[in-house]
Amino acid sequence: MSAGDPVVSAGGALPGGRLCICVGAGGVGKTTVAAAIACARAARGERVAVVTIDPAPRLAQALGFDELSGEPRRVPGSGELWAMRLDPKRTLDELISSLAPSEQARERALSNRIYRELSGAVAGSQEFSAVAKLYELDRDGSFDAIVLDTPPSRNALDFLEAPARLTRFFEGRALRLLLAQGGLATRAASRAGAPLLGVLGRLTGTGVLREITAFFTAIAEMVDGLAARAAAVQALLGDPATSFVLVSSPRREAVEEAIAFAAQLRDARFTLAALVVNRVHFTGVAAGADPAALEALLGPRLAGLLAGQLDELEALGAADAAGLTRLRASFGGLEPLLVPEFGDEIEDLDGLARVARHLGGLAGWTSPPAAQ
Amino acid sequence: MFLLGKGGVGRSTLAAALGLLAARQGRRAIVVEVSGRGDVPRLFGGSAPAGVESEMAPGVWTLDVDPRQALEEYLHDQLPLRMLADVIGSSTTFGIVAAATPGLREMLTIGKVWELAQTPRRARGGEPYDVVIVDAPATGHGLALLEAPRTFASAAAVGPIARQGRRIAATLRDRSLTALVAVATPERAAVDELIGMRTTLGSLDAELVNGVTAARFSAADAESLREAHAGPQLALGTRRALAAALAADARSRAQQVQLERLAGAVVLPQIAAPEIGVAELETLADHLAALS
Repeated sequence: MSAGDPVVSAGGALPGGRLCICVGAGGVGKTTVAAAIACARAARGERVAVVTIDPAPRLAQALGFDELSGEPRRVPGSGELWAMRLDPKRTLDELISSLAPSEQARERALSNRIYRELSGAVAGSQEFSAVAKLYELDRDGSFDAIVLDTPPSRNALDFLEAPARLTRFFEGRALRLLLAQGGLATRAASRAGAPLLGVLGRLTGTGVLREITAFFTAIAEMVDGLAARAAAVQALLGDPATSFVLVSSPRREAVEEAIAFAAQLRDARFTLAALVVNRVHFTGVAAGADPAALEALLGPRLAGLLAGQLDELEALGAADAAGLTRLRASFGGLEPLLVPEFGDEIEDLDGLARVARHLGGLAGWTSPPAAQ
Repeated sequence: MFLLGKGGVGRSTLAAALGLLAARQGRRAIVVEVSGRGDVPRLFGGSAPAGVESEMAPGVWTLDVDPRQALEEYLHDQLPLRMLADVIGSSTTFGIVAAATPGLREMLTIGKVWELAQTPRRARGGEPYDVVIVDAPATGHGLALLEAPRTFASAAAVGPIARQGRRIAATLRDRSLTALVAVATPERAAVDELIGMRTTLGSLDAELVNGVTAARFSAADAESLREAHAGPQLALGTRRALAAALAADARSRAQQVQLERLAGAVVLPQIAAPEIGVAELETLADHLAALS
């Protein structure tokens, strides 16, 4: 099958599907599922952007990018499928640049060491820049649908709370207390902050403290803008047009993480639109096989090897079935969409189309799935 | 001993199996996780509260490091004023301080790992361990954990945390004390990450490939299966059986291609069990014995 084939039945509008956020633990194939959803929707004639974090090199190649880029690029041979690989540092840099009141303020913030560490691999910045990019693309209005792959995380809150956490960080007590140290706030605040600062200074050494103070001074004028942006991003996550797709594998650890993830989504009042279980082994792959016929066909030695292989597949299928049973019990009415184990085979648009065939219910999406 | 690797490759399982192996060799071992999820105790069929060192099997202990608790411990160790330590150790203040100091969480976590490896222990009532096995977070965050002490040592030229950072960084650098073990599955992306780590970390002390399926069919066997599958008048079940075997063979061959990229790695079999328990961990420990 080629990528141009109709992989899903044409559906109507996609209620709750304009923004689709794929969440889940690391190693379950979130990026592949996100790309497959985007691919299927593009095949239906929608203009779709898929934002990925860290695609495997082959998949990145299939989507037409070899390096980080700040804007989506059209994927050749896939209709209106646009893909981008998120560059968290660049996204944050652009945000700071757009909010800086002056060239000097911009330079001061961007060159600060604390900022550079914050915008690098530190937990939270990836998550924030991912949703910030989603917000920008949504505001831009040039896509029918945006599919977001999220950073691997063991904790849904890392992602969901990233905007709120960064807001607190930028406008919160730490800022006021540290500005007090810098001599910019009232004497009362300074007194209140003194013990904390003293301990912080003692703990981290004065060099770190000086850098932190310099950072907060540098971004002081941008705090309102950053907080407003973070609030808008937070609102977007809770928008009815935003739906979450939870991706898991049937393996025990992943199943436990998926259940915890779903509970966190529910507590935070986000809508879980679908549960995708990737890399499933099925039982009964050789149901009805006749051992005598196989032995006649292959000879006793090879038939024996084959029987061993089928036993192993059956055992893997049974193990995965146990994981699925546990998932179904926890997810009530939300029937998981199962994608078979494809090994290393999913690395081009045809491969994504194979995955998408198993997501028909999701990509078709003609009615809002029952919320958990 | 740090276990590093891509998400989903089975670091927790192998960390637990290595704990069992160490205990078999008569050493007191602790398996440390930083996830807050209690994956390791569950593998042993139990549970343990976060932040508490718990014995899950004879000689094998587990600890889920809680950075806030690590901060409290550190403050009690460092600060003369107990009250002040309590104040700054409170959850609100911790949130503020941790948010204001990028990397502090990682620094406190690695600090606790370092403390577990000290003889005598600095924590009150702590018994020393012979082996500390760390189920590190997935690649990027795992490397951040190893980097944290050096970052702090250079960012804070003076002060207790700089001293602490230098001391921990020296322990991590000393490869007679610290072993870096990379884990992958025989899949392209995981192997790519492992090979990337070789470059980033300079060298690795061991490489483990987890979840390898047995290669059952020779090239000639596979050809026979293909011919049989293409033959006429097969019963549906028979044809499906042949197709399933051919698909499994294709996956196994793809795995072998990836394994060839990791010459010298310890190969661990795929475990087809609904749930991994002590019996499966013991089997993995048998295979891991090749390491020592």
